[in-house]
Amino acid sequence: MLESIPTLLGPLVAQADAVSQPYLLEARQMQALSLAVHIPLVCFGISFPAVVLFVEGLWLRTGNPVYKQLAKRWSKVMLILFAIGVVTGTILSFELGLLWPRFMEQWGEVFGFAFALEGVAFFVEAIFIAVYVYGWDRLPERWHLASGIPIVIAGVAGSSLVIAVNGWMNTPQGFELDAQGNVTDVSPLNALLNPNLWHEEVHMYLAGFIVVGAIVSGVYAVAWLRGRRGPYYRAGLVVPLCVLALAAPAQIVVGDWAARTVAETQPIKLAAFEGLHETTEGADLTLGGWYADGKVYGGVSIPKLLSFLAFHDPNATVTGLDQAPEGDRPPVAWVRNSFQIMVGIGTLLALLGLWFLWCRLRHGRLPRSRWFYRFVVAAGPLSLVALIAGWIVTEVGRQPWIVYELMRVEEAVTGAEGVPVGYATLVVVYIGLAVIAAVMLRRLARRPPETELERGAGEVEVLP
Amino acid sequence: MLEEIALIFLLVGLTAYAVLGGADFGAGFWDLTAGSASRGARMRGFIHTAMGPVWEANHVWLIFVLVMTWTCFPAAFGPLMETLYVPLFLAAVGIILRGAAYALRGEAATISEARGLGAMFALSSILAPFFFGCAIGAIASGEVPAEGDASRPFGVWLNPTSLLIGALAVATGAYNAAVFLAADAKRAGIADLAEAFRRRALGAAIAAGALALGGLAVINADAPDLFDGLTSGTGLLAVIASALAGLITIWLVASGRFEPARYTSATAVGAIIAGWALAQRPDFLPGELTFEDAAAGTPTLTFVVIGVVVALLIIVPALYVLFRLKLEGRLGEPVQPIPGAPTEEERAG
Repeated sequence: MLESIPTLLGPLVAQADAVSQPYLLEARQMQALSLAVHIPLVCFGISFPAVVLFVEGLWLRTGNPVYKQLAKRWSKVMLILFAIGVVTGTILSFELGLLWPRFMEQWGEVFGFAFALEGVAFFVEAIFIAVYVYGWDRLPERWHLASGIPIVIAGVAGSSLVIAVNGWMNTPQGFELDAQGNVTDVSPLNALLNPNLWHEEVHMYLAGFIVVGAIVSGVYAVAWLRGRRGPYYRAGLVVPLCVLALAAPAQIVVGDWAARTVAETQPIKLAAFEGLHETTEGADLTLGGWYADGKVYGGVSIPKLLSFLAFHDPNATVTGLDQAPEGDRPPVAWVRNSFQIMVGIGTLLALLGLWFLWCRLRHGRLPRSRWFYRFVVAAGPLSLVALIAGWIVTEVGRQPWIVYELMRVEEAVTGAEGVPVGYATLVVVYIGLAVIAAVMLRRLARRPPETELERGAGEVEVLP
Repeated sequence: MLEEIALIFLLVGLTAYAVLGGADFGAGFWDLTAGSASRGARMRGFIHTAMGPVWEANHVWLIFVLVMTWTCFPAAFGPLMETLYVPLFLAAVGIILRGAAYALRGEAATISEARGLGAMFALSSILAPFFFGCAIGAIASGEVPAEGDASRPFGVWLNPTSLLIGALAVATGAYNAAVFLAADAKRAGIADLAEAFRRRALGAAIAAGALALGGLAVINADAPDLFDGLTSGTGLLAVIASALAGLITIWLVASGRFEPARYTSATAVGAIIAGWALAQRPDFLPGELTFEDAAAGTPTLTFVVIGVVVALLIIVPALYVLFRLKLEGRLGEPVQPIPGAPTEEERAG
């Protein structure tokens, strides 16, 4: 009898907890931290396999062993980052349930199908990455190249499906709500193919190529500045630079498309991008500057540019934050400043890419200025900052909603008390993972590239 | 009908994780007990090499189970995660520490560092399945209310049934790992390691069997409803099937036929998981929430079921290729011992 009392009280206690999670902010930070750790790894999952296969293809075509060394070396980097991504992705899967159980409970059946498919893609990726990396020199050449193709497809498919869920959180559709607010008439396909999917997907896909292009070429730019300019280092520099130079300018066009879609589907979010308080006809755009205390300090104001960019009409009316009740507005400073950082860095990277293309196409050589290589070294970390800033724009810009205009984050959060303990644990864990990644990549980088031709298998660990 | 198919997929995924992921964890158990740095070096090296190419793929089954639960049974997933957050978080941390230590141990600079990382790898290999087992025990003994209950973070799983199932998960993983490693060693032509794992498999089988039998008495006292389910009707059939498969495995292992033993030991695990589901049918959360009430709507279930079938058509041949290549020894390096870190003389030499 006594034992059944806690069970009887359980539901009541849980209900009471649902409205009072004192650590909501910590829960959000914990989720944001996990995403910020995972997303750079996702970039490598999206685009790096394609780059590695391209280099392996160059080897098969030209027979130049430098390409083989590079492809094999990079495939090991790919495996290390994938293995860490498996761990950080697992943390995220747990967190979705551990931190936001009510979100999963109510909406899981609507968007879950995308995650189910993503699980499949992840599976395919895990299988073929093992075959590809451990199969160097053991599988026939063409079969080895072919075993990498599923990795490319699965990497793109998997990230698209997760982005479909994010798009859905921003423009939820594919279901009905009954009188009690329960989800009915779910259409999983309709939920998956939401209006925010397309631009978010292309935007992220290009971001993947930019981040990989910038980070990898940055590593070889360091070598270049230190005077290591042999064919191996040259190929290692030029291939990712080409990737960066093609993706970064294209991203500007896609960014414009993304902003216009947000202007249509989430006008308040767009207002937060720009820090626009009043609904304005022919709204100006302020480039740069820093938003604090409700206004922009500094920056250059260009008349009617915001209306023009958002609607391709200089006199169009742009919705301001005043159209939403105070409690329904996102934290503008975070969103606007992150947006400016993303756009600013994106523009710099595009200019860097154009510089490279100009020298390459016009003069048929690499840039000679040492400053070019210094910028390439800086481009790696900068691209990561832009990537994270971009996700802050889309995620914080959606606040206070977890499901846009349908569920607030405080309605979704767990009642569990252990949030700060979990948060602290995760911080320690991520520091540990970062150290491991650094140690393993450094160990790999220290081995002379020629060893890639000697060693049979593509194992990563060197047993002492 | 649809929710039953989804449930079967979920259970198959859980079985695959318990067998393949469990064997990965179990390999860590044998690493822990391999003896001193010099004596256990060959065995540790063999375990390390055998796990290399497949651990990511084995691990993905866990993601499959999570995703299937939240998509097909969202009304159960929410309360599960909210109520069992402590064991599930600890299991997740165990998975992370284990992956990290596995990757890093070759990097250790000193013997004590190598031992420390080795111990972390082995210890987390035991903790992760233990906490997963505890979570399952808490579900099976009806501790999870349909509304979720975060107010008893420890009470829900610190009970005899949960602890028993946690221990059973560790023992089963160790036993499966020993069977698989014995088969791998025999294939690789390393007779003494095959023999060493044969003995370990038999020992672990007896331990797991004793734990299961003794555990029935614990469950009878602590969770009578679960006991009734396991000892009557279809639940009993599954328990008997599991016991039979276990006995056949012991016989096969004892006589050195490790390849078929892989499949019978997997069957034993699958049968007991099926037995658990049959024992608490029709409830997902016993006494609280039925499978039917927990299930998502028909359109979602339809899409997931079709999706999984199509996915299996892709994944099964791919997995077949991976395991084939691995078993043929076409992936990875030859075995090298892990003696801890190299000594100064070795470094100089």
